[in-house]
Amino acid sequence: MIKRVFADYPLVIIALLLSAYGIAVVYSAGQTDVIEGAVASAYKRQLAWFAVAIVGAFVLSRASVRLLEWISWPAYVLAIALLLVTLAFGSGAGTASSMKGWLTIGGVRLGQPAELAKVAVVLMLARVLAARRDAPKSLIDLWKPGAIVAIPWVLVMAQPDLGTGMVFVGIFFAMLFWAGVSAPLLLLVASPAISLVLAFSTGLWGAWFLILIAVVLWYKPYVVEGVVLIVTNVAMGVLAPILWEKLAPHQRARLLVFLDPSEDPQASGYHVIQSKIAIGSGGWLGKGFTLGTQKRGSFLPEQHTDFIFAVVGEELGFVGVTAALTLFLLLFLRVIRVASRANDSFSSLVAFGLLGSWFVHVVENIGMTLNLVPITGIPLPFFSYGGSFMLACWLAIGILVRISSEGRGEADALPIGMRR
Amino acid sequence: MSLHPNDIHRRARSASLMVALALALLAAGFFRAQVVQSAQYQLSSERNRLREVPLPAARGVIFDRHGEIIAENIPGYSVSILSPNTDTLRSTLQRLSGLIALPGPEIESAVRRFGRDPNRPTVVLSDASFDQVSVLEEHRTEFPSLIIQEAPKRRYPDGAAVSAFVGYTGEINEKELNSAKFSGYKSGQQIGRAGLEKQYESRLRGIEGSRFVEVDARGRVVRDAAARPDSNAIAAPALRTNIDLDLQRFIANYFGDSLVGGVVAIEPSTGAVLAIHSAPGYDPNRFVGGVRADYYRQLTSDGRQPLYNKAMQGRYPPASTFKLATAALALEAGVADFDTRMPQPCTGGYNFGSRYFRCWDKKGHGSLTLTQAIAKSCDTYFYQLGLRLQLSRLLAGGVSLKFREKSGIDLPDETTPQWPYAVEYFDKKYGARGWTNAVTLNLSIGQGENTQTILNMARFYTALATDGRASRPEVVTQSPDRVPILKLTTAQLEGLRNAMADVVSGRGTAGSAAIQGVILAGKTGTAQNETLVDHAWFVGFAPKDDAKIVVAVMLWQGQHGYAAARIASKVVEHYLKRPAIQPADIEGGGGN
Repeated sequence: MIKRVFADYPLVIIALLLSAYGIAVVYSAGQTDVIEGAVASAYKRQLAWFAVAIVGAFVLSRASVRLLEWISWPAYVLAIALLLVTLAFGSGAGTASSMKGWLTIGGVRLGQPAELAKVAVVLMLARVLAARRDAPKSLIDLWKPGAIVAIPWVLVMAQPDLGTGMVFVGIFFAMLFWAGVSAPLLLLVASPAISLVLAFSTGLWGAWFLILIAVVLWYKPYVVEGVVLIVTNVAMGVLAPILWEKLAPHQRARLLVFLDPSEDPQASGYHVIQSKIAIGSGGWLGKGFTLGTQKRGSFLPEQHTDFIFAVVGEELGFVGVTAALTLFLLLFLRVIRVASRANDSFSSLVAFGLLGSWFVHVVENIGMTLNLVPITGIPLPFFSYGGSFMLACWLAIGILVRISSEGRGEADALPIGMRR
Repeated sequence: MSLHPNDIHRRARSASLMVALALALLAAGFFRAQVVQSAQYQLSSERNRLREVPLPAARGVIFDRHGEIIAENIPGYSVSILSPNTDTLRSTLQRLSGLIALPGPEIESAVRRFGRDPNRPTVVLSDASFDQVSVLEEHRTEFPSLIIQEAPKRRYPDGAAVSAFVGYTGEINEKELNSAKFSGYKSGQQIGRAGLEKQYESRLRGIEGSRFVEVDARGRVVRDAAARPDSNAIAAPALRTNIDLDLQRFIANYFGDSLVGGVVAIEPSTGAVLAIHSAPGYDPNRFVGGVRADYYRQLTSDGRQPLYNKAMQGRYPPASTFKLATAALALEAGVADFDTRMPQPCTGGYNFGSRYFRCWDKKGHGSLTLTQAIAKSCDTYFYQLGLRLQLSRLLAGGVSLKFREKSGIDLPDETTPQWPYAVEYFDKKYGARGWTNAVTLNLSIGQGENTQTILNMARFYTALATDGRASRPEVVTQSPDRVPILKLTTAQLEGLRNAMADVVSGRGTAGSAAIQGVILAGKTGTAQNETLVDHAWFVGFAPKDDAKIVVAVMLWQGQHGYAAARIASKVVEHYLKRPAIQPADIEGGGGN
């Protein structure tokens, strides 16, 4: 009954290093000139959650992958239900204070159902895609995976939480790619979104449309599909300005600020400008741990959550940034390895789906501190202060340890349990 | 999905590559910001965190000629606020107004000040009272963005007694900040607003220092210790003046609160201004750092016009004090000498054409020589002397005696006196046939279109008191710039002085002003003017043959010249007979 579990030590060590790094930075984030109690003591709560997360990861690593497969449906349904409840009764926090992302009961924030939804979507997608003999070859084949992502996506976008929405899209494409969906088909799937973005420039959109027609002719989908694709793209091009009008003011502001932060230096552009100043002023070696002046003087917004990486940049400099990026790269490469050595399709897809989720988080969160991507309030795995997110990251590690242990190439895996 | 090992490995390779590429791009972004552009961001970061707090410099102390203090600095406090934006500033000020009286307009002007220079602490109270400071210190922790610091405050120990020349300081205003003249100035600084303070602003201002405090995003001061070395304020050197404060006080006291008028006392050989007073004065101390509206209203509603400098801004008909100019010009032109009698003796007036011009004395003076006419101030004599001189020569002479020019004193806002430049003046003003030679009669006795400042009359008398050269009045500088204006022989000058000595004797109009043991020479004047009551004039000097002091007195509505002469006499007597004053040591050296 109890199987021997081999811990993927490199994976666990990388995750431990990232967590230790992250908690240290959360501690530093609390070291400001004018002490704000909640932020100053954040690292203690983060440590407590870290302990809980380790235990959770250990327990989950004991659970069979089959159990996960079995639990996919209930988890997915629960996640959707919680998202609905949150949408109705949720509350905001941090930079995302205008959103309804938190499930709150009696004023107590219980957690962000979106974290559960990410894992549930990964599990459901893995289950659906693993059940197929071949990779999906047409758009019709993709209706099921599409629907699985679309439902929670609509619910989080309604909060509105653009960042988590992007994570779902990232998971979707990552898992389709891993399942073997061809690149042209992925491009066709993505085409309406690309149309939407390019619609702001008629010339660009026109060029893109020609490329799209070429891809459709070359890929030769079903006629109906081809027509639907073209019509959708045209519709997106037309709808874009209307959708723009429908965007919440803060989202519109963020997009505009992304294009030009100096447009509104005191309000929407403030976060980006101050974050860039913090990072840029860090130089090679930084201003020293806990000594960042941008952070100390509270010029840096949300320094313990969304903009925590700016603290890394300011206090530890380019060296500290490179260290963190290297750890993330090692983590990703290790997870890819876990995915490619997994014992079965479901496990492999789950592993790669978790990778996709983390990848979007890391690129989006770190990128926005330098204004390389628009600001969306999504946290940095293992770094950003937040209990439920820390727990979610480590539960993912637990799952990956289990998948790794069940996978092939046991030479890499070492026993952690003594019992057989 | 296909789990064929080859497919998996291919996809794993592309996935690894993509992930590595994405992170490498991020790293490149950080390299650009942290290494390539780091210097620029470091600058922004320093600008974020450091605020320059100005350390005002003490203005130069102003001394009189004996080293007595005219203007000094006493410890004061200024209160300012650091804030990141107007909303924060406004709300902080609202909260502050609960502790100290801050009227709405004050808040608005502080907000405007902030708008001009958001990185500089916004001055809320440039001169906070001790009570205000202690209340604020008590609530220090509630206002971490508050900066309370010592700011030297100007004080004039003699107050109203020196208001005619010392001026006062006030905060620089928006218009001045934008002007080229005040290019190096910053919002909230004090500048000289009038008098010496204004005239010698560049010498008196000193060099402002600064210290840096560290602030957080909300403008709260988190570290007071300098992050950069302070630059200390450098006090301006002392400014030594020619003013004789003892004499100035004596004059101010004499006028007290009841008399109205002006006095100028000059050392004739150098032009040094010993005293310059305008009565009533105002308290310049109450103007420092901004005058309270009620005090200002009180001054402006006072009919005696305390803010109007009667010594150098007010223009009055010089009346008979001008007769010395007419006499000097007649002597110069050779149309009369001291024994010349006029064809028509004085019978209390003079018939000119169809008009009768009265002499001030209805009883008449009879037949007089020039010397006697000066002593008696006989109008009838001078009407005829003027006619003999002719209008064109009278006007040209007045111009050469500089009755159309400012005295050139080193004080701001001197008024230019009025004197017709030539006959064309009347042609232009009234038309060629619109006037008659009667203007000559009026001008000859110092009436008509001739108005002079007290200061300019004093300047003219420095020439009479000496060798015919007039001295430019100087409050601070000591570079005797003496212009020969009277082209008379020594004997002629002496003759005029003797005649003026007769004025202050039993033979003259101001016999009661004689001083025992000192010969005071001068001339009275009774000026008809737009008010119903005549102004009294006296301009004179003493001792007669070796003049140490020229005094010009104009007593507003003093009715008759001898009223002014009595004041001049007291001034001269005090100046010449008081015990010698021991010069005090001036700390910080002289300003010259």
